[in-house]
Amino acid sequence: MRYSYYPGCTLKTSAAVLEESALNAAKALGIELVEQEEWQCCGAVFPLATDEIASFLSSVRSLDAARSAGEKLVTICAACHHVIKRANHVIQSDGEVRDKVNNYLELDNYYSGQGEAIHYLEMLRDDLGFDKLAEQVKEPLTGRKIAAYYGCLLLRPAKVMQFDDAEDPSIMEDYLSALGATPVEYPYRTECCGVYLSVNNEEIAAGMVKKIINSARRSGAEAIVNACPLCHYNLLELQDKTPQGEPVLPVYYFTELLEEALGVKREVEEKTR
Amino acid sequence: MKVTIESLRSDILKDIADISGENVAECYQCGKCTAACPVNQAMDILPHQVLRLLQLGLVDEVMNSKTIWICASCFTCAGRCPRDVDLANVMEAVRVLLLRERGASRIKAEDMPEILRKGMPEQGIVSGFRKYAK
Repeated sequence: MRYSYYPGCTLKTSAAVLEESALNAAKALGIELVEQEEWQCCGAVFPLATDEIASFLSSVRSLDAARSAGEKLVTICAACHHVIKRANHVIQSDGEVRDKVNNYLELDNYYSGQGEAIHYLEMLRDDLGFDKLAEQVKEPLTGRKIAAYYGCLLLRPAKVMQFDDAEDPSIMEDYLSALGATPVEYPYRTECCGVYLSVNNEEIAAGMVKKIINSARRSGAEAIVNACPLCHYNLLELQDKTPQGEPVLPVYYFTELLEEALGVKREVEEKTR
Repeated sequence: MKVTIESLRSDILKDIADISGENVAECYQCGKCTAACPVNQAMDILPHQVLRLLQLGLVDEVMNSKTIWICASCFTCAGRCPRDVDLANVMEAVRVLLLRERGASRIKAEDMPEILRKGMPEQGIVSGFRKYAK
């Protein structure tokens, strides 16, 4: 299996461990993720203002390049996936935006949304298959109680993202089961972690994180996995770390457990996590 | 608060409708958006009240609220709305009007060292500046 791969800014910097573990695991699974030659920042947030069109250009460049290569476009960061998938939907459904974007980009062929953006987890579920993934697990995570944290960007808006049932998703739990772990379901797994509120409204984001962490803990989780560098930061850095509090609940990228289960785990310095 | 014919015909209401692509008149005040909102406890005007105020043309109450800056664009409200009103888009329209026309930036380049010191990932920095500054 070969795919075009869009990394995004954060996977090249503070979330390098997410990229490294994802690529390492893909290699072990015989999946070829070919990084696109000229990708640009997706913009991190999808432009909700209908008159903001320039923000689509980077997504469309990548989608068009993947389409030209005859490959699906794989993303690992939840935010990049959200932005690129929604941008493709706007191009498919809004003729005026489509024309403006095409007029600006002057691509070899008119782009009307034929590209396909998929998240790494969708690649594992829909193309490889979790049953096939389970067959390749060498060191099953037996007995490990792991809570999947979905957050917002992979799931919503459900009609566009089509990732899973937005109110009751199961892809990450099914993934954890394939790795041999015991997935822990908890009420707050699809609640927002506060996203960019942590930039200048940290107390509010910390309150949101507290609910998520407490919910996972009460359900017996030993660790949380997620697919978003900003969720990762909030869940880890905004956790209550007072001495009288409970020990910090470890937070991992979903791909770190994949490496481990496939028996190809690398030594990672704690500070890069 | 006074509802007038003039305020119902204001250009800014039209701008909000154009930029958001949403028709606030569709809302019938069931309150599901407010019930769904994970950050409603920090808001001064609740999500369904934002829609009601805009229905009545009371734009200033919305523009001067804390609520629009606390909305995290998590899209839970829109997902549960029985009338297909995407409140996240409405919140964004109000924010961008303030940012574009009234210089309401909430973070500045000078804030960067402190944000970086916290170890904020690049995604957070870009998101923050996209949402809170022009």
